[in-house]
Amino acid sequence: MTVGARVARTVTAFGILAGATVLLAPLVGSTSISLRRVFDFSIPFRDNADAQIFFVARLPRTLGGAWVGACLASAGVVFQGLLRNPLATPFTLGVSAGAALGAMLAITFDWSLTRFGIPAVPAAAFAGSLVAVAIVYALAQARHRGLSTSVLLLAGVTLNAFLSALILFVQYFADFADTYRTLRWLMGDLDVSSYQPLLAALPLGVIAFAAFAWLARPLNLLSLGPDSAESRGLNVAFAQRAAFFSASLATGAAVSVGGPIGFVGIVIPHLVRLLVGPDHRLVLPASALFGAAFLVGCDLLARTLLAPVELPVGIITALIGGPFFLWLLIKKR
Amino acid sequence: MAAYKKTLITPALVALALCGAAAHSPRPQAGTSPHRIISVIPAATEILFALGAGPQVIAVGSFDTFPPEVNKLPKVGALLDPDVERILSLRPDLVVVYATQAELKQQLQRAGIAIYDYKHAGLADVTSTIRALGDATGHAARATELAGSIERDLEGIRARVTGRPAPRTLLVFGHERGALRGIYASGGVGFLDDMLAIAGGANVFADVKQQAVQASTEQIIARKPDVILEIRAASGASAADQQAEARVWNGLGSLPAVRTHRVMSLIDDRLVIPGPRVAEGTRLIAQALHPDAFK
Repeated sequence: MTVGARVARTVTAFGILAGATVLLAPLVGSTSISLRRVFDFSIPFRDNADAQIFFVARLPRTLGGAWVGACLASAGVVFQGLLRNPLATPFTLGVSAGAALGAMLAITFDWSLTRFGIPAVPAAAFAGSLVAVAIVYALAQARHRGLSTSVLLLAGVTLNAFLSALILFVQYFADFADTYRTLRWLMGDLDVSSYQPLLAALPLGVIAFAAFAWLARPLNLLSLGPDSAESRGLNVAFAQRAAFFSASLATGAAVSVGGPIGFVGIVIPHLVRLLVGPDHRLVLPASALFGAAFLVGCDLLARTLLAPVELPVGIITALIGGPFFLWLLIKKR
Repeated sequence: MAAYKKTLITPALVALALCGAAAHSPRPQAGTSPHRIISVIPAATEILFALGAGPQVIAVGSFDTFPPEVNKLPKVGALLDPDVERILSLRPDLVVVYATQAELKQQLQRAGIAIYDYKHAGLADVTSTIRALGDATGHAARATELAGSIERDLEGIRARVTGRPAPRTLLVFGHERGALRGIYASGGVGFLDDMLAIAGGANVFADVKQQAVQASTEQIIARKPDVILEIRAASGASAADQQAEARVWNGLGSLPAVRTHRVMSLIDDRLVIPGPRVAEGTRLIAQALHPDAFK
């Protein structure tokens, strides 16, 4: 079978999974609604609570979950390929810690951009992720002509620790209500309650996914090592930069929408590799689709398990993802 | 990290109010009244001053701001970060602590210092705490008087709104700035739920037996509140900011409360501190819900 046919078959299979999840998830929730009423357009929308629940609460939330899941899972694949380290996650290089610090500051100091029509927390989170990316990039660039992946990794891990300390520092001086809110933010939340955050993040996602589509072959070559990749005609420095920036962009955008939801970015890529093998032309699209389905599924549990109370989605992904990842680790040995 | 875990299990409301009511076993022995009292909980500090025990108070918590006299007293930390050394060095003879401050309690007990164990609960506990603190500090008569007047005030408010239809109310203590995300609302227990009931409102989350509920968009739409009441501790936010914040609810334009323009915000410490001013706080809620009853 040619690569094209395998890609088509993989994308179809995972696409059906993701599509089915996204279609079915809005049908279930913490309240019971009648589908007939949802699509009964003879009732004015403002009087149709079922339609409001479907279109205002569940649909944006499901789409948000799918989008964040796809971003985190594919960013995970790209970071693992770029760093040639199976333990890399979208959060390894400090992008999420930067976002978290931004969100913490916005919450603690009660920043308001409401008059400009922008919610402050996601804006600050995204800005924080950009700052973290810039710092890590500058460090990894400083003493090398290309991008040193080992410096990248060390700088990222150190920046992560440093930013986490700053987060604790800010939190220590916050009052309790704010501390609770920031902690809650760290557990992830996909209840976006409108399409606005998704539309705002969409252009970033389009850029990132366009880069991912191009990156599949370069990542395959990079897995052989930078020297072999170079000898096969790949502009290694360019590919590494493209991988670093696109994956960081996707991560920053995803985290600013849903918070730093863990485990999606590490479990999904590994699971997908088990299913389709290591070829990034298959792994990347399959991870994006599977990540979308996984996060939508986890969020479905988060909003229904203890209904009417919500569980933070990050707890579900970690509860499912953690044990699963350990099992994978043992099985692979 | 211990502080974190504590916050995690502490409901957001406790976090918001940093305070408590519900009396538990006053420890000080009868006979001598304590004259070096430390309270690290805003509600308890307010009670002590209202009882006339103010002159006996030698230090307060870092979040205590009322009555204004407390600003002259040394601050010795709060719920998560009590400054134990400082507290011990002030040689108190009674320390009012929150029930979850296990470490502080142990240290005080080891030092032989009497403690008053405080826990945040319902509205009825405010008056029982006032009485218990009155007994513990030698102001029993004043405590009976104060508790009685709070109870009478509450009854008066209840009487005014009785017979009026109770609007279905979403009592919000906070959401993310500029977005309808991270919305926390009062569940069906706790002093705020009690205050709402006396003020003639029907809590839309009455069935959720928690003090704080993270209210999802879906639940808010499904519960169709007639009134959305955002309450907040006094802050420096500008009027323009407040108005802009109230507008975020337009994102759920089909809610009865939004359609009838009954999204209100009340910014007042009396709403978040279950101390001697709870009746005043309750009146604020009642006036917002039933303006006609207070004309």
